[in-house]
Amino acid sequence: MAETEDKSPGPPGDEGPPGGNGWRREYWRKNLRLMVVLLAIWFVVPFGLGIFFVEQLNQITIGGFPLGFWFAQQGSIYVFLLLILVYCLMMDRIDKEFGVEERDEAPASGSAAAGDAATEDGSKEGGDS
Amino acid sequence: MSEIQLWTLIGIVVTFGLYIGIAWRSRVKETKGFYVAGQGIPTIANGAAIGADWMSAASFISMAGLIAFMGYDGAIYLMGWTGGYVLLALLLAPYLRKWGKFTVPEFVGDRYSEVVRAIAAVAAIIVSFTYVVGQMNGGGIVFGRFLNIDLQYGVMIASVVIFVYAVLGGMKSITWTQVAQYTVLIIAYLIPAVAVAQVMTGIPVPQVSFGQILDGLNDLSVQLGLEVYTDPFSTRPMIDIFLVTMALMIGTSGLPHVIIRFYTTKTVRGSRYSAFWALFFIALLYTTAPAVGAFTKFNLLDGVNGTPTDALPDWVSNWAATGLVSVNENADVVNTVSNDPDAGADLTVNNDILVLASPEIAGLPAPIVGLVAAGGMAAALSTAAGLLLVISSSVSHDLYFQRFRQNASDSERLLVGRIAMAAAIVVAAIMGVNPPAFVAEVVAFAFGMAAASFFPALVLGIFWKRCNAIGAASGMVVGLALTITYMIYTLEVFGTVANDHLLGVSPEGVGTIGALVNFVVTIVVSKLTTPPSEEVSEMVEGIRYPAVQRRSPAGS
Repeated sequence: MAETEDKSPGPPGDEGPPGGNGWRREYWRKNLRLMVVLLAIWFVVPFGLGIFFVEQLNQITIGGFPLGFWFAQQGSIYVFLLLILVYCLMMDRIDKEFGVEERDEAPASGSAAAGDAATEDGSKEGGDS
Repeated sequence: MSEIQLWTLIGIVVTFGLYIGIAWRSRVKETKGFYVAGQGIPTIANGAAIGADWMSAASFISMAGLIAFMGYDGAIYLMGWTGGYVLLALLLAPYLRKWGKFTVPEFVGDRYSEVVRAIAAVAAIIVSFTYVVGQMNGGGIVFGRFLNIDLQYGVMIASVVIFVYAVLGGMKSITWTQVAQYTVLIIAYLIPAVAVAQVMTGIPVPQVSFGQILDGLNDLSVQLGLEVYTDPFSTRPMIDIFLVTMALMIGTSGLPHVIIRFYTTKTVRGSRYSAFWALFFIALLYTTAPAVGAFTKFNLLDGVNGTPTDALPDWVSNWAATGLVSVNENADVVNTVSNDPDAGADLTVNNDILVLASPEIAGLPAPIVGLVAAGGMAAALSTAAGLLLVISSSVSHDLYFQRFRQNASDSERLLVGRIAMAAAIVVAAIMGVNPPAFVAEVVAFAFGMAAASFFPALVLGIFWKRCNAIGAASGMVVGLALTITYMIYTLEVFGTVANDHLLGVSPEGVGTIGALVNFVVTIVVSKLTTPPSEEVSEMVEGIRYPAVQRRSPAGS
């Protein structure tokens, strides 16, 4: 996507990473680090607590639920939901930090009012080739 | 006509009118509107549409029933069909939205090559087709029970309705109709669940209150010759529970009709939040389902335990007409209950009816029964519409016009897509009358195939620039072939003999192994062959950042 490169300014400051696109590596690294942490939790909760150690956890009962059974049929789903929410919020922060957030978007509350034409940032077409 | 039939008819006619009205109002004529709704769907609406698209007849009709009979082991569906959204949100949705085109094979075509695109299109057709069979069968069960007709005629009516519906809607109308369908199905699911929870425990939150009856349910199950409800691994060994759950998760994030929904949002950020809202809406039903399963099973067992066979509750004879409930002729008193027709229990109950019958089993009033029927239809129709769109776009957009007629006009493209859709419905209806297994299991096979084909190609395509066309093609072919071969080997489909499972791996779980093999083959073959071109690297680089950079990183 040539367009992104053309517009990326050489960092005015000197503590920016070397080269005009050093920020990209930094951005991608932060993204990957976040992803790996969240995916680790994604794996441990359902498979660890809900499957591999279910018999041990079932010795504990809370509110009528054997704990392992609860993780398998309820808890995992709540954890998944939380993981995606954390990812969305953290990525919003990272996007802002690197100045790559999108303009004119509809707020997350989903207002349909925003004009259709104004919502594209124009970079999409650049990726088609 | 009984009161229940009358209310069912009212529920179905009113909701169908609503859907067709919405579909008509938001119909489209251009290809972009038809395939990705002009990329103008707000985040929360998209989340609800994904929820309806996602929650099929299997989720609505079969899942709670399966959980009721599987006990703990039913968690494979609960975890498997929700965990995939984490993978979607983190690994696929934002990147595919940034790249922004019409179909999943199209991304694969740009990233790899036209040959890989054709393979992906064929895989998309096979996967979606397997999935749509389950919807036909589910729709047929609803019609069959509530209008008192045979399953095969029920399937026929369901396919005619789905046909009219799918032809009316492009993606835009399908999306807005699905928002309405989500509303209908979640209300239909929650009202009886909340009512039953309130009556049985005094706490109207089924997610919390079903803990209170688990002890009683365990005791009743043992008395009637069933497994202890909360004990793990009664139907499958631990390794298989793990493999099936993983296959469903990976499969979820590889299903073309789900991925394609993230193309319809306005922004990359919107696609991330769409995944959140989608799982939120899905979780409303998925955290309720195990409660419905437990409550319904408790009521069912409690109602028939030790009851003389001529004094059974009304719902038994109502449902006996569909052939999905049967009483053993030699039994005088019900002492054993099973979901397996071959077990010879005094009372045999098919998994698929438990949700539809739960209001009757719990003795709720007739309008609620009608509402549940409308909800079941909404679930079957919304998913079928999404799947048929994928089948028709793969056939027309990715295969026919890409290979044979690159300069075809818009109207010609839509026409060919609709013909493909019609043919798919006819074949799906025939298979819907004779499904290879229970509805939810038919769907589970689609997941195995999606896991073994798309997911590795997409993830590697985004996260590993070195991945090339030959690698991805070999990975997909080998993964898919392995998965399908094992399924045919272990199941009685297409007239083959069912063989024993190897190493405790069930056909539903083999997708995990297929995906793993796909990853390995893709990486090894890519390493051994030439790297992809500079342009492809640029493209992969481009989809990693949501927008053009406008400021330097903070602090510089």
